[in-house]
Amino acid sequence: MAHVISDETIEYVGILAKLELSEEEKAQAKKDMGNMLDYMDMLNDLDTEGVEPLFHVYPLSNVFREDVVENGDERDRMLANAPEEKEGAFKVPKTVE
Amino acid sequence: MELMSLTALELGRKIRSGETSAVEAAKEAFSRIRRLDDTFHCYVTVDEEGALRKAEETDRRIRSGELTGPLAGVPAAIKDNLCTKGIRTTCGSRMLEHFVPTYTAEAVVNLEKAGVTVLGKTNMDEFAMGSTSETSYFGPVKNPWNQEHVPGGSSGGSCAAVAAEECSFALGSDTGGSIRQPSSFCGVTGLKPTYGTVSRYGLIAYGSSLDQIGPVAKDVSDCAAVLAAISSRDPKDSTSVKRPPMDLSAALKEDVKGLRLGIPRDYLGEGLDDDVRACILGAAKALEEQGAVLEEFDLSLVEYAIPAYYIIASAEASSNLARFDGVKYGYRTKEYDGLHSMYKRSRSEGFGPEVKRRIMLGSFVLSSGYYDAYYLKALKTRALIRRAFGRAFERYDVILAPAAPTAAPRLGESLQDPIRMYLGDIYTIAVNLAGLPGITVPCGADRQGLPVGIQMIGDCFQEEKILRAAYTLEQTRTYVRCPAAQE
Repeated sequence: MAHVISDETIEYVGILAKLELSEEEKAQAKKDMGNMLDYMDMLNDLDTEGVEPLFHVYPLSNVFREDVVENGDERDRMLANAPEEKEGAFKVPKTVE
Repeated sequence: MELMSLTALELGRKIRSGETSAVEAAKEAFSRIRRLDDTFHCYVTVDEEGALRKAEETDRRIRSGELTGPLAGVPAAIKDNLCTKGIRTTCGSRMLEHFVPTYTAEAVVNLEKAGVTVLGKTNMDEFAMGSTSETSYFGPVKNPWNQEHVPGGSSGGSCAAVAAEECSFALGSDTGGSIRQPSSFCGVTGLKPTYGTVSRYGLIAYGSSLDQIGPVAKDVSDCAAVLAAISSRDPKDSTSVKRPPMDLSAALKEDVKGLRLGIPRDYLGEGLDDDVRACILGAAKALEEQGAVLEEFDLSLVEYAIPAYYIIASAEASSNLARFDGVKYGYRTKEYDGLHSMYKRSRSEGFGPEVKRRIMLGSFVLSSGYYDAYYLKALKTRALIRRAFGRAFERYDVILAPAAPTAAPRLGESLQDPIRMYLGDIYTIAVNLAGLPGITVPCGADRQGLPVGIQMIGDCFQEEKILRAAYTLEQTRTYVRCPAAQE
């Protein structure tokens, strides 16, 4: 079945992915995603009844360790990577009205 | 003396014996980089000053007897998705164009402990998403065998740098073939270790359940030596595993008598270039002549690996790349209206098209209503693929396979059609889904004279077996230097 991706779906995915797409990018994304999903529907041919999903190759559960600080004070070097900083803190747009 | 034409182990011996030095080796590497890299663009960033300072110190420590390992003083290139303290780490993206990490990836720390000189950071597909090294924000890498062709990807800069002798060896990373496929395209040897062998701490994450760091080098012995140096159980990566030290002298032996080799019939059919098939079968025959037992078999599920992989990798990527929000580091847009607009515009301007495509696909397959149909279905398919390999390894020690359907495509050819590009990963991605080790070694050339490598896949933790098969095949051939290496 050919997938037709609606404008609403692309808007929704844009919200989830935190991306703002131009009209041109949206049109391309609709086409690409439709093609990809058509292709991925191949998996429906496969009988996976009773198969446990394999999230990870090893049967890992939570791995615990002591919470010990090992790194030194890197504040200035870390702030040097910040797009904007002010008085030793990351500067962001107003978040509370 | 052409120091960069030596293998890493040969160079290491000459440095330790005093015939040359870490400083001389690094200087020659930088002189070659200056001469060649405008053409091939293997590097995004070089750190000549830091490297030479480090090399001087290494020379002192070798003379004082403090550093005695096989890689001491050897200059290496590091893929630009591995964090290096004080050296810009871009991941091939505008998003991280000016990012300078405050810590070094564990694998690189391990190399530094071994006395390796870090020359700089290699170019790559943006966030390791691509098969050609053309999606880098900093421009494409060119194949040193022929500049009209891509080097493969995403570790294209690392593989091209080894081939063009702009370093002694390099580190790459492999999420779906990103070490093995470009190694084939560039005529070098590249190894993706068993998942968990190398700590991923400091590797900028793409698909965390698939990513592994590994060596790219001129030969199998170098790859084994680098693997031994970078492997470690690291409390900072909870998926890293404690492995007993590998017995490399047993692995690097010209002996495949009785070794059971399987070639999946489903890998040799439609879609595989005739020249590549001939190279693979020729290499298999060479191993058979050395006493290995060769058999074709049906692996099954081969075509399902691609959709399963792209669903899982995109899902993990959409989650991993959520951290790039323009707040603590990375690109921030200039004009915005409030916090959410800042997030969205920073991400939209900071990421390139292929990265956005995968983030969107990943967000979609994880969204409510589609999670079961796509994401869970892909994970169940992954379980079946793992089982198929499990059955195969009951009968075979090593699985032989192509690394890619063709030799290196021309620049610009692959990006037109995403699905066609994804199909090119058919022989490599299942290995990541199952967490297996795989190595690519050169085994011939196609009609255009472009190199072709054969992939050897082992069961989890069976690196010794694939190294032994790869080493034995290597002894039947001589290493062919690319034209750029001889400049």
